[in-house]
Amino acid sequence: MHELSIANHLVSLACQSVRQEDVTRVSAITIRVGALACVHPDSLKFCFDAVSEGTLLEGAELRIISVPVVVYCPTCQCEIELPEIQPLRCTVCQTPCGDVRHGNELELESIEVVDASD
Amino acid sequence: MIEPRILAVRTKILKKNDELARRMRAEFVASGVLVTNLVSSPGTGKTALLLETMKLLIDRGRRVAAIVGDLETDNDARRLAESGAPVRQIMTHGCCHLEADMVRDHLDGWDLGQLDYLFIENVGNLVCPTSWDLGESLRVALLSVTEGEDKPLKYPGLFNTSDVAVITKIDLSRACEFDRGLALKNIEAVRPGMVVLETSAKTGGGVTEWTDFLEQKKGP
Ligand SMILES: Nc1nc2c(ncn2[C@@H]2O[C@H](COP(=O)(O)OP(=O)(O)OP(=O)(O)O)[C@@H](O)[C@H]2O)c(=O)[nH]1
Ligand SMILES: [Mg+2]
Ligand SMILES: [Zn+2]
Repeated sequence: MHELSIANHLVSLACQSVRQEDVTRVSAITIRVGALACVHPDSLKFCFDAVSEGTLLEGAELRIISVPVVVYCPTCQCEIELPEIQPLRCTVCQTPCGDVRHGNELELESIEVVDASD
Repeated sequence: MIEPRILAVRTKILKKNDELARRMRAEFVASGVLVTNLVSSPGTGKTALLLETMKLLIDRGRRVAAIVGDLETDNDARRLAESGAPVRQIMTHGCCHLEADMVRDHLDGWDLGQLDYLFIENVGNLVCPTSWDLGESLRVALLSVTEGEDKPLKYPGLFNTSDVAVITKIDLSRACEFDRGLALKNIEAVRPGMVVLETSAKTGGGVTEWTDFLEQKKGP
């Protein structure tokens, strides 16, 4: 259950990112999660709701963009997107590929805020 | 009705952990201590292998210490302390992995310059520790012959981010009908070219080779 720790880090990073802005609330936040990070979306959303309670993020929608695994194939000399997290092998020429270019992402992409009306 | 505004952030969620780990790694490297993070399922044999490894390193005159993470209890720290080395236990109370700040908080009072090796035994878990950099220079994924040859395929994230794999409990290979070739093939599939060592903490088999590997990583 690393989702709880990830949610904690996410909420503190997001709160820090909107601190300087004059916002009344955060309506949504978008994150990118690589397939290899093995994050369970429902469980992350559940943890996010719990952790964000009482912060500016309370009630914000958590949007998760899933990032597939992309490896670099030394034989084809190009990046190959894989349909599954394993095997890490080029789908064109079957070469084993350990050079993972995408799939480990855990990134806060953007925050949708509602500004304070003046 | 006020239109929502989008703030582009594009920052790693674990940035705080990553930055701390980076600073810790710089300090470890500057102090000349090789820091190793051992990751596996519960019961793969991390503590058993570590105890044999630490004893052997101490026999060779090396200065070693260990930090061990568990959900509860300090059993593993007490077992490792039999080696005579300083050992500290991190009780995570439910957290399924170690984070860089937990390690930092347990380094207090240790003079890193007086150490050759620092081992960090992670909480037994194949998924959660993967995303958390602890400032180590060597991440080890362990797999025992009793848990099935397909572990690397099921948990490619761990094996792909590790520097070396260790197959443990090889004394039980025959009883478990362990297919060594298949295990090596599966490791190769998720981390081509990965160095794989094979050990038994029970018979001592492979422990010397594993320790020599560490000594080579450590350098003079
Ligand atoms: N036969 C055999 N048994 C082993 C070996 N290594 C460990 N064991 C046994 O396997 C069990 C678990 O070993 P540990 O060293 O505690 O495993 P661990 O990975 O540290 O476990 P956690 O810290 O709980 O995740 C113990 O009963 C050990 O005696 C080995 O090489 N051969
Ligand atoms: Mg242990
Ligand atoms: Zn290819």
